Amino acid sequence: MSEESSGLLRRRRRKNSLFTVLLAIPVIIVVFILGHMLGKIFINGVKALNLDFFTKAQKPFGEPGGGIANAIIGSVIVVLLATVISLPIAVLVALYLAENPEKRIAKTLLVVVNALQGLPSIIIGIVIYSWMVVPMKSFSALAGGVALSFIMIPLLTTTIREIFVLVPGSYREAALSLGVPRWRTTVGVILPAALPGILNSTGLGIARIAGETAPLLFTAFGSPYISTALGKPISTLPLIIYEYIKSPYDDWHQKAWGAALLLVCFVLLITVPMNLRKDRSKG
Amino acid sequence: MNDRRYFRILSGAALVILLLFAAILLTLVVDSLPTMQAYGLSFLTGRQWNPVTQEFGALPFLVGTLLTSFVALLLSLPLSLSVGIVMGEYLRSPFLSKAMSVFINLLASIPSVVYGLWGMTTVVPLVQKLEIAAGFPPYGVGILSAALVLAIMIIPYMASLTSEVMKRVPDSIKDGALALGATRQEMVTGISLPYIRSGIAAGVLLSLGRALGETMAVTMLIGNATRMPNSIFSLGNTLASVVASQFNEAESDLHRSAMMALALILFLVSFLTNLIGRKIVGKSEAANV
Repeated sequence: MSEESSGLLRRRRRKNSLFTVLLAIPVIIVVFILGHMLGKIFINGVKALNLDFFTKAQKPFGEPGGGIANAIIGSVIVVLLATVISLPIAVLVALYLAENPEKRIAKTLLVVVNALQGLPSIIIGIVIYSWMVVPMKSFSALAGGVALSFIMIPLLTTTIREIFVLVPGSYREAALSLGVPRWRTTVGVILPAALPGILNSTGLGIARIAGETAPLLFTAFGSPYISTALGKPISTLPLIIYEYIKSPYDDWHQKAWGAALLLVCFVLLITVPMNLRKDRSKG
Repeated sequence: MNDRRYFRILSGAALVILLLFAAILLTLVVDSLPTMQAYGLSFLTGRQWNPVTQEFGALPFLVGTLLTSFVALLLSLPLSLSVGIVMGEYLRSPFLSKAMSVFINLLASIPSVVYGLWGMTTVVPLVQKLEIAAGFPPYGVGILSAALVLAIMIIPYMASLTSEVMKRVPDSIKDGALALGATRQEMVTGISLPYIRSGIAAGVLLSLGRALGETMAVTMLIGNATRMPNSIFSLGNTLASVVASQFNEAESDLHRSAMMALALILFLVSFLTNLIGRKIVGKSEAANV
């Protein structure tokens, strides 16, 4: 009897160890894949980097040389535009949600914001095409910025709302008990308390939209020239990666990797420190 | 400035969001009307998509979308569930668990077009070798390549959700199991996993929503063929990838309208999966409080 139960115990222990190993293998696979991806981007991307890469516009089909300055400038313009549009709207909507948590319309609004956030970004692209590119009869940096803002607004609204909810209720109550109006309470107490969090989520939002391609295909469209005009088509880093890797030229492939390296570095430089900070404040 | 105006401004902003959402839906419906008038419901069952003969049926892309997403989900689940369980239950040291969560966030923040770039140069040649070995035409690109990369892309969502709900399993019932002599594996499979099954179901739906609408990486890897896929080695297209690859080249209004109709289908499907997924998350949150 005792021999039999110790055999059972051994079997259970062996099963337990096997389970741990089975869990560890996928983790190793996932770590390996990410390592492979980052390594490949770095090794292939570094080869493309030189002064021209950052300072010259792209050359026409098949001509060697040139750079991706037009896409770098375009990315900055389109992303800034989207941020300028999104931030005020997102703060106001998040305030609405935080000030009226019990209203039915606020609950509907939250469902809508979540739905917008889950919307495939290509849909935003063709809708903005219909709204802006068709009437203006031209692809434009402006349309690209608006399309990206549709991705950014729901993202910022949900994260900023959470920040407002985390501001201690006692702050608000203290201000209100002194007879301060609601709007002064928001401007003087809530917003300053939430400011670091708002900046943090804006940073994450910028990192997210900087890599978006699908909403820009039919709005910003891309352009080989260095341009800062909002009414004209403009290229961005993701657009140039997509355009270049589809081409048959090795030189362009290499530039696509260079652009990918630039984009990934930018995104990770923002997200990694912010994710580290987020975890610290939580724990 | 007074409080009345303050609340009016806030309500105005809220209204703008509601109107925008309604306007997006309205635009999709209005712009796809010509297609609905031309085909009615047979648009959903039509097997031909030919801009030259002006014939548009969505079935190949519906099949392509479902096939790619489900294969991706199937490939992804064992990986993401394991990562989630390890993060939620096994990594006790704060350093390791933070490192793992930063790592998973890294995976989530890499842009789709970069996944596509990596997939074209890494996954496609591997799939090509597999196709040669299995006796299929060695395109490399196709449903399988798209699904493989998609599987990696949805890991972070499923893994972080699993680890979140895993951490919410009450210590009392886990300690109870351990006190009765259960091994860690018996505790995880017997107590924790059944406890979080609704969370896992929600995670599956939310990642499915992601997979259905994912555009760039899939467009770069799926081969962009408009005929019906007949195996996972076939070239294909998803609702999103056909719009991405053909919209700028569309010459007729009907072609453009047909793509608006595809986008409308995508809108409805992703809206429903998200809604149901979030309902389940909300319910399990309420039940656990």
